[in-house]
Amino acid sequence: MNILAKERKVRELESKIDALGSEEVVNKMKLEIENYKQEAMTNLTAWDRVLLARHQLRPTAKEFINYLCDDFIELHGDRLFRDDKSIIGGIGSINGNIVTIIAQQKGKSLDENLERNFAMPHPEGYRKSLRLMKQAEKFRRPIITLIDTPGAYPGLEAEERGQGEAIARNLLEMSNLTVPTIAVIIGEGGSGGALALGVTNRVLMLENAIYSILSPEGYATILWKDSTLASKAAEAMKLTSYDLEEYGIIDKIIKEPLGGAHFNKIKTFQNTKQGILEELYNLRKFTGEELRDTRMEKYRKFGFFQRFNYDNL
Amino acid sequence: MNNLVKTFENRRNLKSKYKKARTISNTLSSKIDVPKGLYEQCPTCKETVNMKNTVDNKFICKNCGEHFRIRSIDRLKITVDSDTFVEKGHGYITLNPLFQDGYEEKIADYKEKTLLDEAYIYGYAEINSVPTVIGIMDSYFLMGSMGSVVGEKVTKSFEYAMYKKLPIVIFTASGGARMQEGIFSLMQMAKTSQAVLKHSNMGLLYISVLTHPTTGGVTASFAMLGDIILAEPNALIGFAGPRVIEQTINQKLPEGFQRAEFMEEKGFVDKVVNRLELKETLSNLLTLHRRNQ
Ligand SMILES: [Zn+2]
Repeated sequence: MNILAKERKVRELESKIDALGSEEVVNKMKLEIENYKQEAMTNLTAWDRVLLARHQLRPTAKEFINYLCDDFIELHGDRLFRDDKSIIGGIGSINGNIVTIIAQQKGKSLDENLERNFAMPHPEGYRKSLRLMKQAEKFRRPIITLIDTPGAYPGLEAEERGQGEAIARNLLEMSNLTVPTIAVIIGEGGSGGALALGVTNRVLMLENAIYSILSPEGYATILWKDSTLASKAAEAMKLTSYDLEEYGIIDKIIKEPLGGAHFNKIKTFQNTKQGILEELYNLRKFTGEELRDTRMEKYRKFGFFQRFNYDNL
Repeated sequence: MNNLVKTFENRRNLKSKYKKARTISNTLSSKIDVPKGLYEQCPTCKETVNMKNTVDNKFICKNCGEHFRIRSIDRLKITVDSDTFVEKGHGYITLNPLFQDGYEEKIADYKEKTLLDEAYIYGYAEINSVPTVIGIMDSYFLMGSMGSVVGEKVTKSFEYAMYKKLPIVIFTASGGARMQEGIFSLMQMAKTSQAVLKHSNMGLLYISVLTHPTTGGVTASFAMLGDIILAEPNALIGFAGPRVIEQTINQKLPEGFQRAEFMEEKGFVDKVVNRLELKETLSNLLTLHRRNQ
């Protein structure tokens, strides 16, 4: 039984509560639900987390921003081609800290998803992000990115306008920034499309978010020629927050409520806010140059290989 | 635990295979890699072509001008002055971070077949007597995909160029990121892009030459970050592969889409250069950027 089936069972039990009447029976039922959640919703499989990361009710970037920021002004457009609605960016204030926020935005409904292109950015989305990051650097604002995308959009126009170049440019320019940068992977961290907002001093990740080189479906198709093996692929790919923390790819896990972020959004937002504030505080100690250098040192080390001296053979 | 034991056993095997490959590659230098038959059919124009002539013509079909895919060793021979190449950074071992079944065997197999340690070689060389660092991706090694070792070697090649205060020329040919190494492959995109940045900050020249095919994570990192970006005629250059795009938009792609000429027209490639003129073009560009000693 996967996490979605378990969730359905919890919802079913919850829906019965109203009809029960007496407080005693209600409390008993609530306890029962809580016990079931404790029992069934801990120790999630990698595939469970994939399902949660893509959950219909999972909070989107905008909801995070609404909670995180006392106020937020959205800024549009890349000044070159158009405004890409799959990425929102702007200036906000988190507990009095003025920051630039750049976030990939999924839709809640089909209509909104069509408008947001299912959070799959075109090159102009990445170029807008870069414009706002440069702006943040000019005015010495820290940058927070919220990552939630299945990947960069693999379409005809995206290619024509240089998807590869746009991503590459972001990787290079984000490395060169001299303001504190923090990425938070809030849902799906899909491949280069996610990394293009993810080369930062600190990378935080929500407990049930995923971050990978491609979707488990894609991985199963390419390596095993069978997309139905996605759940097996999810295990093999090491895409959960716990795996990635162990590898040192991400710096910190932000805890989610039992059953996933959508079970208690406010708790999720609180934890996220706390995580961001802590990192903002930690990064304040560094000069601009130190921020750039330590960021580069961190990425310089990534890789899993061995080198031997063949003179010894 | 079993996985670890397996890893170590495999590594021991690799070591001996590697040693063998190393000895062969030293004696290989003067031989040119001619495809098996004397006559073969050109996949583009379907003419029967004499392979010997084709090889002499820098692996270009004499009939239709098709640029055949070539191995890194042959690329070296047609690009740099003879006896000037000194290989650097040999001796990396690809590991299996996700414990993928069969990945180590696959790598060992390619090592033996290609006599390379991975899908990228680099070193010092001279092009028409102009010194430079040269790096070449080899699409015969697991589609030239970028895993940890390729990413590390690309980064090292930039660092070597910085150390020597030399320009760098990189020939790209890659199917993208190495899926078998998962998130580690993804991180190589950031690492190599930063290597470009550091080299660039020293005021040094980086020329990337995009050859067929250059796609995925390599396009979306160091390939597209050259000061000057050249491309070979008709090379496929893009982020997403044509098949993925066709599936996404549910229609057939137009003729010539994502080809070098198309990319030049759209403004993402400085110049499409025929392979016969590539060496001259490179040495001209390198000379133009030569620093006053
Ligand atoms: Zn031909």
